Amino acid sequence: MTVQDTDPGIPTAAAVKTAPWEERFTSYDVEAFEVPGGREEQWRFTPLRRLRGLHDGSASVDGQIDVAVVSGFGDAASSDLGGVRHETVGRDDPRLGDGGIPADRVAAQAWSGFTRAHVVTVNEARSDDEPLTITVTGPGQGSTAYAHLQLRLEHHAEAVVVLDHRGSGTVAANTEFVVADGAKLEIVEVHDWADDAVYVGAQHLSVGRDATIRHTSVTLGGDLVRLSPVINYRAPGGDAELDGLYFADGGQHFEQRLLVDHSVVNCRSRVMYKGALQGVEGGTAAHTVWIGDVLIRKAAEGTDTYELNRNLLLTDNARADSVPNLEIETGEIVGAGHASATGRFDDEQLFYLMSRGVPEAAARRLVVRGFFGEVIQKVRVPALRDRLEAAIEAELEAVGA
Amino acid sequence: MSTLEIRDLHVEVETESGPKEILRGVDLTVNSNETHAIMGPNGSGKSTLAYSIAGHPKYTVTQGDVLLDGENVLEMAVDERARAGLFLAMQYPVEVPGVSMSNFLRSAATATRGEAPKVRHWVKEVKNAMSDLEIDPSFAERSVNEGFSGGEKKRHEVLQLSLLKPKFAVLDETDSGLDVDALRIVSKGVNEYKAQSDVGIMLITHYTRILRYISPDRVHVFVNGKVVESGGPELADELEENGYVRFTGSAAESSKEEQPA
Ligand SMILES: Nc1ncnc2c1ncn2[C@@H]1O[C@H](COP(=O)(O)OP(=O)(O)OP(=O)(O)O)[C@@H](O)[C@H]1O
Ligand SMILES: [Mg+2]
Repeated sequence: MTVQDTDPGIPTAAAVKTAPWEERFTSYDVEAFEVPGGREEQWRFTPLRRLRGLHDGSASVDGQIDVAVVSGFGDAASSDLGGVRHETVGRDDPRLGDGGIPADRVAAQAWSGFTRAHVVTVNEARSDDEPLTITVTGPGQGSTAYAHLQLRLEHHAEAVVVLDHRGSGTVAANTEFVVADGAKLEIVEVHDWADDAVYVGAQHLSVGRDATIRHTSVTLGGDLVRLSPVINYRAPGGDAELDGLYFADGGQHFEQRLLVDHSVVNCRSRVMYKGALQGVEGGTAAHTVWIGDVLIRKAAEGTDTYELNRNLLLTDNARADSVPNLEIETGEIVGAGHASATGRFDDEQLFYLMSRGVPEAAARRLVVRGFFGEVIQKVRVPALRDRLEAAIEAELEAVGA
Repeated sequence: MSTLEIRDLHVEVETESGPKEILRGVDLTVNSNETHAIMGPNGSGKSTLAYSIAGHPKYTVTQGDVLLDGENVLEMAVDERARAGLFLAMQYPVEVPGVSMSNFLRSAATATRGEAPKVRHWVKEVKNAMSDLEIDPSFAERSVNEGFSGGEKKRHEVLQLSLLKPKFAVLDETDSGLDVDALRIVSKGVNEYKAQSDVGIMLITHYTRILRYISPDRVHVFVNGKVVESGGPELADELEENGYVRFTGSAAESSKEEQPA
């Protein structure tokens, strides 16, 4: 595989792999990363025992993901892709890596280990009511796969895309979103894995000049899901809106580690992640981790950024870690802010609704639906909105809340 | 004809230094088509009484009964009480972010009426009720009470009263924070519901002004966790004139001297 340094300012083969932002270590080579022991900043929240060897080289690949692309979503889907191309390519395809470079050992492991990559290219302005659905299915229970997927939007292309992950097994993945100059991508990435699944994925988002990306990350199912989206602005005028929704039950570990790397002038980012957690009394806790790193480099004058994470603890047996982190190297910015709040279900709200006759379960549903409403309302695929709402209702019903 | 009967009600709250008794034996009976005004000094326990009837989890009933047509209200969950026909217009209505007023009203009406109201009829009903209270239609799409001014919150409490049609309503300082016009509009809303129903009302207030709009059949003086005197509407005028000194007696005197009662 050819190593290309498409990240201006980021050395690809620095010897140190820690601390200062400028020296954030990235490499395609798994051996360039030490095997994590669990104390590293990158790994300290992740239960390594549950990674099934993805992090230390002991996992062996014996399966692969299935990738299906259709036009439309749900019942309205059609296999006529129009101007959209779905290719399966070898490791040497020069386009691979345009999105970004692995920054942790599991991502590098996936990169070192995949055999075929999927590249989906959109070279047209598709209408909003014609979303593209990419369904990624796991390798199956007991199997492991290294996956590579790249979604490209060429110059001035526009698309609404649903990237739907489901199925069983263990997956380490790199997913690249390459949004060329003036292009507009609205992507909803859904992780609705079966109970056994472990998915560790790095999302590389590359935002071109005056390009827009709206990335909504939804995590609903799986034993362990760890996502590490990195936003790379390639030229001025980029706009990234990153929303997230996760709902963790007892025993589940859902981790999101974002890095918004403002390296060029006049780019904008908005981050809004919301999570709900419900553990089962006496069982294993539900655990979520949200790390929101926003870096405004010295060169990135005119940056406008705000990030927010809110977590709602529906039951006692739940733990939400939330670490927003804003590093600012220039004062010449439009704005920068962050907020994080984790709270229990508000008893006063519950009382108010119930005092109007609404039964407790329905009152809780109203409040949780309201909590996630801001995120779900922005999803522009009605059938997907319905599915997400139904999934949340089902989660709430599962514990009889 | 319905009756709401409060008998020897004792209620305490949990404080840092252990339980504290707030209500010390409240006796009060309200029948359908009656309006009872409850007046008393700050901190005397009026809101505690209101919340205890509604079933707020913060308050623990240690003694006494609340009966609705002989049924023990205290054994009912909060939502059951509402469905049984009790309504509390709160002194400080709660903000519920993310839940639209229209969705909330519909959920509440569905629950209290036992079935979802027919859509077309419901839309009209809400629209009319809002316009009667001079509430702008845009409020329907806003989150429940979120960012509402004090007066706007109170109007929406009365909006709920008129839509949920309870048998008994406790209005806890619904008049506080209202400007002159809003007081008239809100009073009109309450009176209209009184006229078209048999509602019994407990009206908690500090001011006689609202009593000129909503005329009480009985006035109760509430001091130190219980009703200390009851009378006709003229009692309100006496309170307006002389304050609560006659009822708080030496307690008020000594507190003026900054000595513990
Ligand atoms: N958690 C608590 N700890 C200590 N005291 C409390 C607590 N909760 C309520 N109280 C006290 O209970 C008393 C009664 O309060 P309540 O709100 O019922 O009064 P009120 O008559 O409605 O007053 P107002 O006219 O000001 O509305 C007050 O003295 C209040 O401070
Ligand atoms: Mg009060």
